[in-house]
Amino acid sequence: MTTNASIDLSNQDSEVRTTVKRTSKHRLILRRFCRNKQAVIGVAIVLLMIIYAVFAKYLTEWDYDEPDFLNLKQPPSAEHWLGTDIVGGDLFVLSARGLGRSLMIGFIASIGITVIAAFVGAAIAYVEGWFETVGTWILDMLLVVPTFFLLAIMVSKSSGTSGWIWLTFALMLFGWIGYARVLRSIAQSLRDREYVAAARYMGVKPLTVLWRHMIPNLGSILIIHTVLGVVYAVEAETGLSFIGFGITPPDTSLGVLIKSGSATLMTAPWMFLTPALLLLALCYSMTKIGDGLRDALDPSSESGGKA
Amino acid sequence: MTMTHPAELGDTRESATEPVLSVRDLTVSYGSEAGPVRAVRGVSFDLLPGRTLAIAGESGSGKSAASLAIMGLLPDSAVVGGSVRLDERELLRLNDREMSSVRGLEMSMIFQDPLSALTPVFTIGQQIAEALDTHQDLSRGQVVKRSMELLDLVGISDPAARLKAYPHQFSGGMRQRVMIAIAIANDPKVLIADEPTTALDVTIQAQVLDVLKLAQRETGAGVVMITHDLGVVANVADDVMVMYAGKPVEHGTVDSVFDAPQMPYTMGLLAAVPRPDRSTSGPLVPIEGNPPSPVILPPGCPFAERCPIAVDQCTEAEPALVTHGGPNAHDAACIRADEIVEQGLKYTDVYPIPELPPREANVARAERATVLEVKDLKRHFELSSGMLRRKTGTVRAVDGVTLDIRQGETLALVGESGCGKTSTLLEIMQLKQPMNGRIVLMGRDVSELGAHQRRKLRSDLQIVFQDPMAALDPRMPVYDVIAEPLKAQGWTKKAINERLGILMDLVGLNPDHVDRFPEQFSGGQRQRIGIARALAIEPSLVVLDEPVSALDVSIQAGVINLLESLQARLGVSFLFVAHDLSVVRHVADRVAVMYLGRIVEIGDVESIYTRPRHPYTAALLSAAPIPDPQVERQRQRIMLSGELPSPTERISGCRFRTRCPTYKMLPEADRAVCEAEEPDLVKEGETDQQRACHFPMEIK
Repeated sequence: MTTNASIDLSNQDSEVRTTVKRTSKHRLILRRFCRNKQAVIGVAIVLLMIIYAVFAKYLTEWDYDEPDFLNLKQPPSAEHWLGTDIVGGDLFVLSARGLGRSLMIGFIASIGITVIAAFVGAAIAYVEGWFETVGTWILDMLLVVPTFFLLAIMVSKSSGTSGWIWLTFALMLFGWIGYARVLRSIAQSLRDREYVAAARYMGVKPLTVLWRHMIPNLGSILIIHTVLGVVYAVEAETGLSFIGFGITPPDTSLGVLIKSGSATLMTAPWMFLTPALLLLALCYSMTKIGDGLRDALDPSSESGGKA
Repeated sequence: MTMTHPAELGDTRESATEPVLSVRDLTVSYGSEAGPVRAVRGVSFDLLPGRTLAIAGESGSGKSAASLAIMGLLPDSAVVGGSVRLDERELLRLNDREMSSVRGLEMSMIFQDPLSALTPVFTIGQQIAEALDTHQDLSRGQVVKRSMELLDLVGISDPAARLKAYPHQFSGGMRQRVMIAIAIANDPKVLIADEPTTALDVTIQAQVLDVLKLAQRETGAGVVMITHDLGVVANVADDVMVMYAGKPVEHGTVDSVFDAPQMPYTMGLLAAVPRPDRSTSGPLVPIEGNPPSPVILPPGCPFAERCPIAVDQCTEAEPALVTHGGPNAHDAACIRADEIVEQGLKYTDVYPIPELPPREANVARAERATVLEVKDLKRHFELSSGMLRRKTGTVRAVDGVTLDIRQGETLALVGESGCGKTSTLLEIMQLKQPMNGRIVLMGRDVSELGAHQRRKLRSDLQIVFQDPMAALDPRMPVYDVIAEPLKAQGWTKKAINERLGILMDLVGLNPDHVDRFPEQFSGGQRQRIGIARALAIEPSLVVLDEPVSALDVSIQAGVINLLESLQARLGVSFLFVAHDLSVVRHVADRVAVMYLGRIVEIGDVESIYTRPRHPYTAALLSAAPIPDPQVERQRQRIMLSGELPSPTERISGCRFRTRCPTYKMLPEADRAVCEAEEPDLVKEGETDQQRACHFPMEIK
């Protein structure tokens, strides 16, 4: 909706000003983002989860790798706020540790995938000619590579506490290819837009055009992907953990916790519910943040015209 | 030469008094996030058989919504009120099934875009047959016979063969003829045409309008013509209804409305359009401001905000559409209409005439510096197909164009779509060695430039695009949009800030609005932003690619005035590409007429418009509609047969001879000259005019 009746065309005779003041673009975006209540709640949830993941271990006497052998599979109590698992691990700290791992893996992998895919996709689309042909061909070839297999091999070679770094790296390395192809075709349609032509005709350098016009205009797609990418990465991590290739004890993650909790779902539901609810809250808040960001960045969306 | 008298075709007004279609107080509203959109707010009219009612208005005035409501084609989410009676039958109460038996039989519609209105997977014959079979019980033989009659009627030659053709084998004008054939297949009582010629070139538009008149005469149908083009209204209509913000503001016979408009809005519309048949050197009269949003309408007259003669009373209550006296009595919705009629006010009395800065002292053209010189420019595209990329043809998009532009002048490039105007522009904008020929900008041959020099030279050449929305990055605030060329040329931040303030003032925008995004501006304002960007680094030449054709007429006038005043103030040259010949006459100093990749006539605008020597120029000019019903009725048109041939075709000798009216009249010996030799541009005596024709038209 363009509600611009308030802009007065006949403003020519207002006092002549030689310089202009401007509110920065980021402030505008922030203002628009804050208007979306659900997105703000989403940010609050994510912030709370980060704080929880970082500071939980200072709140109780228990540590994630220090099981309480006197309390096995106990429901929540004053001593263990969220109960314990079958080996007596305190779920309050275990969940915090697992959540932290999953957040790290999810965010790093997802942002990495998006950045690589956006640059490769947009660059292949922007530069016409042989570069495009060869680039597209290479992308097609990479799609044939059995990524899950390679991923499993790569992660299983590593172990211990550094395993999650390898997992993140592997998810990044194999996750961007299909997405770069999708972005290439979207960027191709952007390339033919008149404002890109206009920038070229102004003598703007190719990399600047790529950075200033092509990538921001892929914006909402990139944002949605980054958000869903977090979910994708967490899911991939859960799947790999389930078949024994992902995070391995003593390290833990939401995936590991959900897996072990699902085995005792009927007898000790708290072991499953805590990590599962955390995962749910994570996905919900990421989606809402994504929506809010898209509305704030995209001038054609609902909140446009009010800033 | 094929001359037709439009008046003969149109004069079939039966004196029937029973209206075939009667609309009373029609309203349409949609829900939207921002609140209900009241698209149509009370439209009433009677349509007599054989008469044509034109509904004119700018985009968003509700004219299309009204026509769709009459046809029952609006989505269910739209709320329609009032009454639509077709021969005493209330249509608004019918359900979709019952409406289907009315649509196509008693009432049919012709849409704007003939490309999407025909199904690509069925032949033309199948689609006409579908229209016939739905409503009539005919044998196969009868259907084919009737289909051939219909195609013949709308002027498609060899109908038997064409029935088996698919829509993509037809050009735009031909498709629109097929649409008309389908619409009249069942002899409807009412034909609704929604902008039927807007997507077509002027030469084709003239043909299609004639076919439409012929179809109306054959069927005796009442026609509702929806259009924004007042020239088309003057050409076809008997009555006209002008709509503004969902409401009719003036309604009467076409002569009375055009001769003595009573509502300031109509006056403004008529004054804002330049005329192709008159040389106007003064500024056009724009209507300031923008139409109100259909969501938040002011309590009074919706036009009051933009009306120069509005009084306090105007903002209190919305005036009703009532008849005002005088010899040209008709309906108008304006509380000051009586005053306007009594005092015989013209638009010059109502609207303040904007002042344009005087143009530079007249230095003879030959003494001014040459900004751009293009010599024998060619651009061919190879067509290839199949696995092995076999060459199957060559598109000669630009095939030997020579022109030059001097400092401070405007050269307009005109021609039908597909004639190579845009390809010529793009070739110039590339600033690279062309396939053939030379491009010299500011005395520098572009083929000799290195990458760095080319970037530097770009500050002398800028472009304004047709679609002001597509040309501005929607994600950048106006500040960044206008600053982009300055940054590209390495300006400092402080210098940019200063320049921005000057530029925003220059194009008539509020400098405080630099933080807004393009989407928050109206079409005309966006085009001003595009112009500010093009002028940011003080170029010597600005290429204007159809800069006003996407704008409504009332807005268009303001942008044209701006361009003219900028040229006068800054001494910049314009290369102006347009299809609207009236705008060209108003804006340009010189005109180059293009046909199939070549310039066929070039010269100063007055000579070309008053003494065209090339038959193609003459035909183009005679096809341009003039917003004056009396002139339109007496005009003799030079009709071009057929449409622009494909640029892949190789035509020996003169390219225009396949459509040339002169060629058809020539004796055999002279025809041989046209077939054998390609004419070059030749100077016309001592004047600036040059034409490429072996047998130029006589000067009348």
